[in-house]
Amino acid sequence: MRIEDEILRIEGLRKYFPIRRGVFQRHVGDVKAVDGVNFNVYRGETLGLVGESGCGKTTIGRTIVRLYRPTDGHVFFDGEDLALLSKKELQTLRRKIQMIFQNPYASLSPRMNIKNIVGEPLEIHDAMRGKDLDDRIAELLDYVGISPSCMNRYPHEFSGGQRQRIGIARSLALNPELIICDEPISSLDVSIQAQVVNLLEELQDELGLTYIFIAHDLSMVRHISNRVAVMYLGKIVEIADKIVLYDNALHPYTQALLSAVPIPDPKIEKERSRVLIEGDLPNPANPPQGCNFNTRCPLAEDICFKKEPDFIEIETDHFSACHLVERDGEAIIL
Amino acid sequence: MENRERILNVENLTTRFYTEEGVVHAVEEMSYQMDKGDTLGVVGESGCGKSVHALSIMGLIPSPPGKIEAGKVVFFGQDLLSLNENEMRKIRGNEIAMIFQDPMTSLNPVLTVGFQIMEAIKLHQNMGNKQARDRAAELLSLVGIPEAKQRLDDYPHHFSGGMRQRAMIAMALSCNPTILIADEPTTSLDVTIQAQIIDLVNNLKEKLGMSVIWITHDLGVIARMVNRVNVMYAGRIIEKGSVNEVFDTPKNPYTVGLLGSLPNPEATSKRRLYSIAGEPPDLIGKIQGCPFANRCTFVIDRCLQEMPPLEKLNENHEVACWESEKVEKF
Repeated sequence: MRIEDEILRIEGLRKYFPIRRGVFQRHVGDVKAVDGVNFNVYRGETLGLVGESGCGKTTIGRTIVRLYRPTDGHVFFDGEDLALLSKKELQTLRRKIQMIFQNPYASLSPRMNIKNIVGEPLEIHDAMRGKDLDDRIAELLDYVGISPSCMNRYPHEFSGGQRQRIGIARSLALNPELIICDEPISSLDVSIQAQVVNLLEELQDELGLTYIFIAHDLSMVRHISNRVAVMYLGKIVEIADKIVLYDNALHPYTQALLSAVPIPDPKIEKERSRVLIEGDLPNPANPPQGCNFNTRCPLAEDICFKKEPDFIEIETDHFSACHLVERDGEAIIL
Repeated sequence: MENRERILNVENLTTRFYTEEGVVHAVEEMSYQMDKGDTLGVVGESGCGKSVHALSIMGLIPSPPGKIEAGKVVFFGQDLLSLNENEMRKIRGNEIAMIFQDPMTSLNPVLTVGFQIMEAIKLHQNMGNKQARDRAAELLSLVGIPEAKQRLDDYPHHFSGGMRQRAMIAMALSCNPTILIADEPTTSLDVTIQAQIIDLVNNLKEKLGMSVIWITHDLGVIARMVNRVNVMYAGRIIEKGSVNEVFDTPKNPYTVGLLGSLPNPEATSKRRLYSIAGEPPDLIGKIQGCPFANRCTFVIDRCLQEMPPLEKLNENHEVACWESEKVEKF
């Protein structure tokens, strides 16, 4: 893929949340939620962003839409640096980048009816009123498979899957180019998850959308994404085309993560060997020195405790941050 | 396998809740058997009655509003539902133990982990303080918590999510239970921690000779963990059998749909997922006919009138569907 197809480029992005203590709220440290992240997103693709809870994937999503102001680094959208924009300039860009949130029970206001929820962005950005507004809302609801006759109902009258559809309709209202889907299916039941994923795929084909799909469910990410980025403790450890990543994972963490996901087929499961990694995620306020995976990595050597690995291209379009992979030029299969 | 010993026989279990909105038919006519050494999976979507069934076995249904309307839960020849609270207390936590979904809320935050583990030991096994403390430390190291002796004096907030679930398992194992009921024990954990917990329970099961009932909505976990499976929908078992049979030749359209709605890990091209249209029914009020009928592609008139009974296809496979001959996995 070429640079001109690039819709989003992220360079050295950092987001620290300060820890304050005591009467004077002294600044005693930082939670390094996102700590130096580089990647790009091409127009029309779906980039999957996976990792365990607390690894910073949601923070990246929220920083891109500038719900958080980045501590450091750049977010270029169509060549413009979002990190530097003023509030007013942001408004015009916000309509091009929208977000779908994780919890459809918390992300819709219980006091607003569906018409107001879906119509609000149109009123704010396009000053749409009256029949135009109603028609557009009906069209949006139709896109996501909700009957427009439900327009005057309230969120509590809908099930989880339907609420997520309403959230999707709202995110589509302003014809965005990029949608950040922050775990859109993790709170839904299995049979409803498939409905929502299919809907997202259909909308992408129809409207030419670009997605960043944040999730911890690796099998669904594999299904929906073109490329996948794996995060660990505020950093991206590996990024590649999905087939390459799932067949030839370089980083030991990616290998362990893939092998931890159970496959719904008892025969495959019986024959599979599994890589277990010990222990828990370290505290992001006090990450380990050197490679931040060294506390759990079964392969860790001296250099991993001394020096932070660079994020480098091992094969074409396949980046990884691991000293051992860098040295050998290939993965050590766990 | 030879020498199978029947340890649990659930017959016709029916649990309902009498609420202001109406009667919730949470579990309807549920029957299954379990042998020693089995790992039985109970799988279904939220609200299908899998947790209520476990609570019914444990005698933990809050009453009112809940009521076990009918059925038997025969454990080693004894019907648990006919026991009074005192007798049940000797079984619960001792013979049948349970671990719950959310390790963050099922431990008491103001008591040390050690105290909470020792509580069950002292109650059921007549041990003194010192003995119980040693046993608790032994259990914590059994479930893989390092420096167990020191960690006994920690409070739950000192533990991570995975460690709390390990502590819960230690507590459940404290009296060498015959059956361990695990109600979605890994749902709130990350996949790498989930893999650790699954391995731990599998190892302990071998070591201690327990039988396990594993409740989950994750078909992948079922494939990894269990040898027998009950698939539930709207309070009923709609398919059950050995895990290989049910995954290879599912005969209920719901099971087929559920398996089809998962992404295929081998697929290289992009294809749409199969999705079951509609949503699970409301369990308030009685459902006429098969509860899946309104979402089913195989539906015939009979499905709307009568609930199909579980029918035996072979030794290892039972299914409740009028049209099961026509149903095939795609």
